[in-house]
Amino acid sequence: MDAFVFVFGGAFMTATPLLLAALGELTVEKSGVLNLSVEGMMALAAAIAFMATYNTGSHLLGFAAGAVSAMILSVVFATLVLFFMANQVAAGLATGILGLGLSALLARSYEAFTLAPLSKLDVPLLSDIPILGPILFHQDLVVYLTIGIGVGLIAFFYRTRAGLILRVVGENPHIAHSLGFSVMKIRFRAILFGGFMAGLAGAYASTVLTPVWSQGMIVGRGWIAVALVVFGTWRPLRVMMGAYFFGAALLGELAVQSGGIAISSQLMTCMPYVLTIIVLAVVSRDAVRIKLNAPVSLGENYRPIG
Amino acid sequence: MMTPMPAWRMVPREQPAVKALAAVPLVTIGLTILCSVILFTALGSSPSVVLYNFFVDPFTSAYNIGELLIKASPLILIAQGLAIGFRARIWNIGAEGQLTIGAIAASLIPITWSRSESALILPAMILLGATAGLAWAGIAAFFRTRYNANEIIVTLMLNQIAFQLLYYLVTGPLRDPMGFNFPQSAPFPDAALYPPLFSGAGVRANLSVLITILVSLAAWILVSKSFSSFRLLVGGIAPNAARYAGFSGSRAIWISLLVGGAAAGLAGVGEIAGPIGKLQRILSPGYGFAAIIVAFLGGLHPLGIVMAGLFMAVIYIGSDSAMLAADIPTSAPVVFQGFILVFYLAAHVFVRYEFRRGSSLAPGRRT
Repeated sequence: MDAFVFVFGGAFMTATPLLLAALGELTVEKSGVLNLSVEGMMALAAAIAFMATYNTGSHLLGFAAGAVSAMILSVVFATLVLFFMANQVAAGLATGILGLGLSALLARSYEAFTLAPLSKLDVPLLSDIPILGPILFHQDLVVYLTIGIGVGLIAFFYRTRAGLILRVVGENPHIAHSLGFSVMKIRFRAILFGGFMAGLAGAYASTVLTPVWSQGMIVGRGWIAVALVVFGTWRPLRVMMGAYFFGAALLGELAVQSGGIAISSQLMTCMPYVLTIIVLAVVSRDAVRIKLNAPVSLGENYRPIG
Repeated sequence: MMTPMPAWRMVPREQPAVKALAAVPLVTIGLTILCSVILFTALGSSPSVVLYNFFVDPFTSAYNIGELLIKASPLILIAQGLAIGFRARIWNIGAEGQLTIGAIAASLIPITWSRSESALILPAMILLGATAGLAWAGIAAFFRTRYNANEIIVTLMLNQIAFQLLYYLVTGPLRDPMGFNFPQSAPFPDAALYPPLFSGAGVRANLSVLITILVSLAAWILVSKSFSSFRLLVGGIAPNAARYAGFSGSRAIWISLLVGGAAAGLAGVGEIAGPIGKLQRILSPGYGFAAIIVAFLGGLHPLGIVMAGLFMAVIYIGSDSAMLAADIPTSAPVVFQGFILVFYLAAHVFVRYEFRRGSSLAPGRRT
């Protein structure tokens, strides 16, 4: 039963960076922009947040510094695609590579340094419930906040005027433009929010989830976050469920080892990547369904003044 | 805020501007050097030391020029393969994994016949390595064409899987039993290594460079003479138009990924049968990713790619010497690569658009 609590309680933590980054990317894609620099933004934020937390002792400052650094990188991306009209895939790769390089460069003297973990919060009474208590109500603050952001985004997309405008920009920027909305401004804000969220994701990964610095610690999680948006067919609730599913999968390795089952650790490390390919194939298989759900203008640049 | 200044407007050019096209790589490299010097100065190195180590030192000895060839070779080889796909908007980001799988497959021959002196060993390795890289990329082509799965994500995931497979093999089944538990295979026999290009002592450039030159020539002929590159272009950018013209979009995906995978696999053979001489945990300093930048900086043109590959090799060698001389970290080339691609994409706007004064009331349009 301990292993059960470990996997399902821990899944909320491993899922948190995936979910933060995926919710940010979802917002960017809803506005019609494909930002593939999530991995690089997370890597840079992870480095900056780690250094900030290490030197100030404050997780809050770490998260703030990480978020700002990823937002700066997202401004570089936004400049390329919105002003210079660069191909969105190439621009995402460019910004991502820059982020990965800066991450390794800036935090090079912090290799193997460790941080104090963030304390867990017990929700009064509820955390005493057997099994469910420790799984659901004995988590750190960020886990709860992330769920809150997810719920907030659902409300934003489907219950507010601003959310509706964002979706119109993503579906048809021409209509949004002719209705008098600035496609550029709205896309810029969405990209900035995506950077903010990727920054929180990177900060959580390096200062809370595994508070030990090692270069390249994000190892593909930014890309899994990008894939999660497709898995959730651009719906926030499904993206959230997908993130927790992958969170549990990422923990499988530890659980199997603690259960004493001898499986090569390299094989277990591969599982999330294999799973990503398989789930991507299953979800994408129906091209019509993808087409119906994806924002129509996704990946296409828009120029308001011709 | 992000919109162009009202006094200027961007007008798409009918034809790409040739002068701007030639200026783009130069502007890119200039801005990259400027930003990198500023960055490394901010981190505490003196600008002259950075400039000397990165851009002068690589040319100062025969050894370094040999290194230049041996580092440019895999970059150019992989970039030639990737460019075919990039021209068709098919994004193979998995060259690093394809290189790894090519190297693993090729290494099976000298590990199995470790005392052989047969002249067939090297050709067999080349064939097996290229085929394995091709097959690994073929997985992504299969998932894309059969299940509509995005090839960017699939090739990236395949990278991670390839790294884990290599790690498993060099710490397990393929580890040298006499190697004191180091994660590497036994060293390959001489018959499994590319013969050196020059007889000069210590210069490591070898015959794999010739393969890169031949592949570049072939790519050049293909692009300038052949119809099939047109087919790739049409297949990727306008699948519907391509279908009307009787071309298959999925064929473009298959060809792009298979050719890219084979080139990367070949580059993997070049590493293990060249400078490394065995299978080990780290096979490449990120050649598969750097080749993406080489392909773009070369304007996706075979001759441009050769120039860009040589430039990128200078950065790799420069960073080795900068690390020794000025304690500039090994991650510096990745920062360079990021700057290059960012500035390239920004500068490229002048090829496709001209900036005219005056406002226009013309409606927005897709670009």
